[in-house]
Amino acid sequence: MSYVEALRSALDALRANVLRSILTMLGIIIGVASVVAMVAVGSGARQRVIEQINVLGSNIIMIQSGSVTSGGVRMGSGSRQTLTEDDAVALEREVPSVQVAVPTVRGTVQIVAGGLNWSTAAIGTTPTYFEARDWELSAGRPFTAEDITGAAKVVILGETVSTNLFPEGNPVGQEVRIKNVPFTVVGVLARKGQSMQGWDLDDTLLIPITTAKNRVMGTTLSKARTIGSMIVKVRDGESSADAEAAMRELLRQRHRLLANQEDDFQIRNLTEIAATRDASSRTLAFLLAAVATVSLVVGGIGIMNIMLVSVTERTREIGLRLAVGARPRDIRTQFLIEATTLATIGGAIGVVLGGAGAILAATWAGWPTLIQLDSIILAVTFSFAVGVFFGFYPAQRASRLDPIEALRTE
Amino acid sequence: MATPIIVARDLAKDYVMGGHVVHALRGVSATIDEGDFVAVMGPSGSGKSTFMNLVGCLDRPTGGSYVLAGEEVAKLNGDQLAALRNRRIGFVFQSFHLLPRADALSNVELPMVYGGIARRQRHEKAMKALTRVGLADRYHHRPNQLSGGQQQRVAIARALVNDPSLILADEPTGALDSRTSLEIMALFQELNRGGMSVVMVTHEPDVAQFARRVLRFRDGRLIEDHRQTPADAAQMLAREPAEQEAA
Repeated sequence: MSYVEALRSALDALRANVLRSILTMLGIIIGVASVVAMVAVGSGARQRVIEQINVLGSNIIMIQSGSVTSGGVRMGSGSRQTLTEDDAVALEREVPSVQVAVPTVRGTVQIVAGGLNWSTAAIGTTPTYFEARDWELSAGRPFTAEDITGAAKVVILGETVSTNLFPEGNPVGQEVRIKNVPFTVVGVLARKGQSMQGWDLDDTLLIPITTAKNRVMGTTLSKARTIGSMIVKVRDGESSADAEAAMRELLRQRHRLLANQEDDFQIRNLTEIAATRDASSRTLAFLLAAVATVSLVVGGIGIMNIMLVSVTERTREIGLRLAVGARPRDIRTQFLIEATTLATIGGAIGVVLGGAGAILAATWAGWPTLIQLDSIILAVTFSFAVGVFFGFYPAQRASRLDPIEALRTE
Repeated sequence: MATPIIVARDLAKDYVMGGHVVHALRGVSATIDEGDFVAVMGPSGSGKSTFMNLVGCLDRPTGGSYVLAGEEVAKLNGDQLAALRNRRIGFVFQSFHLLPRADALSNVELPMVYGGIARRQRHEKAMKALTRVGLADRYHHRPNQLSGGQQQRVAIARALVNDPSLILADEPTGALDSRTSLEIMALFQELNRGGMSVVMVTHEPDVAQFARRVLRFRDGRLIEDHRQTPADAAQMLAREPAEQEAA
């Protein structure tokens, strides 16, 4: 008997008892649906983490000046200006895995444009900032080297600042005042959205680092070259952990720290933090898949059970088929294909239901879901394998029936 | 008519049952020629069913030899036996043994499915076989939509469809009323007149009277082998309606 014939007769047998077939498939359906849905939810969560890494800029390491302890009160990161612009230059030059090291100074400023005003985080920085953060402009131009050397009074607005000060749009070329200093808007940053912690990354403005020191935040800086923090971008393919270690060593050397002294700066490796989150969501996805796998196996046992019942019920049919010329292996093939068909159809229904469930979770609950093609292929292949595995014993039993006994069964 | 289709020599079959050896068949020799119509009779336990299972290649003898259409059956393995059954033997059972979910046509096609015959050819041959048993117009009916006699006709069409050397019928009228039994016997006689060899197990003399030859078994031995002039089932059938009207 050919496989096509066996498949046709399997489908006939399954159609003959639709309710039973569906109930038998239910275990597989639930198993596959949960695999597909859970993997979709899990990889959706991972996808969100990856997006957040991309929002930060990939391969980013932040370095902040150390803290000051004054009369037992520790002032927190950046309260002592230990980092300098020269540190940034040295990192860029002497650590090969560093692509750029961008010096920044930060402060909160009130910005006024016409009758409107807005309080926001100002960042004084250099033209390489855009490269380090993978941040594009939606309008205007980035800073130039002349803006830095000349301490030009130019500002680039974040999207949020721009919409609050210029509701009609087109801020480029307009005049704003920051701490009573007039600035010209030369550009607007593209929208970045929220950070991992839920902060609005677009609520910011950028000015040249020299201008920031001289005109805006000058009083907080003890020395001309000192900076509050640096953003370092590690080259693609380089280990950010190795780069972190190399930078720590160089900075300790430059700051003349003895072996028993603590760092006077803090390194925050955002890629590592994101990678940890990625790993934990991966673990979650793996656990979900493991739970779903268990239900697939349970579904397989259900199929085996029904196939054994079916073999008993159809003993006469098996006897007849043997009498008219079926070989034992034809009978085995027939029942094996029946079990496999049950499992695979169940798997296919499960894929549809699981996909629908993932879409529902995305639209109703707002979970980020991502339906993975490989999880679908895996689930269907696995249910096929479940059918073969759990169908084999009943099929073997059917093929070993004695035709004379089988024909005599009532 | 002289070509032997079945040559059994000292055919024996022993079973082991609960530690005891049961001698179901104790050395039976018989030759059945092509085109014959043989009734196998005997009480239950006489060995006639065991003889039929051996003749039908459903079982292998424990002693003696059995040659079916020139092939020594005792030497064949399971797969070869299956192929021999498929090619050489058409089975007809007391309880029809039709697949309940399949229509008449699919039931008749079943032996050809295992014979590896292409779909289109199967349809043709199955329709031809159904026409021979007078059920061409019922090809799409399922067994539960057919009467007992019609179901047995479908089973006979299934037995015929692979052009076997032999039709092996096991109590073919056991589940049918007397009129339907006559119809079935008339069909067997018609097929036999067309050259088909028929071997039929029965315990009813009424049914055995339509055979040309009767083999009688008792205690695992062949005790009687005689030829007879068969009664004509078709003629009896022609008289039957009149009797029914009279009654």
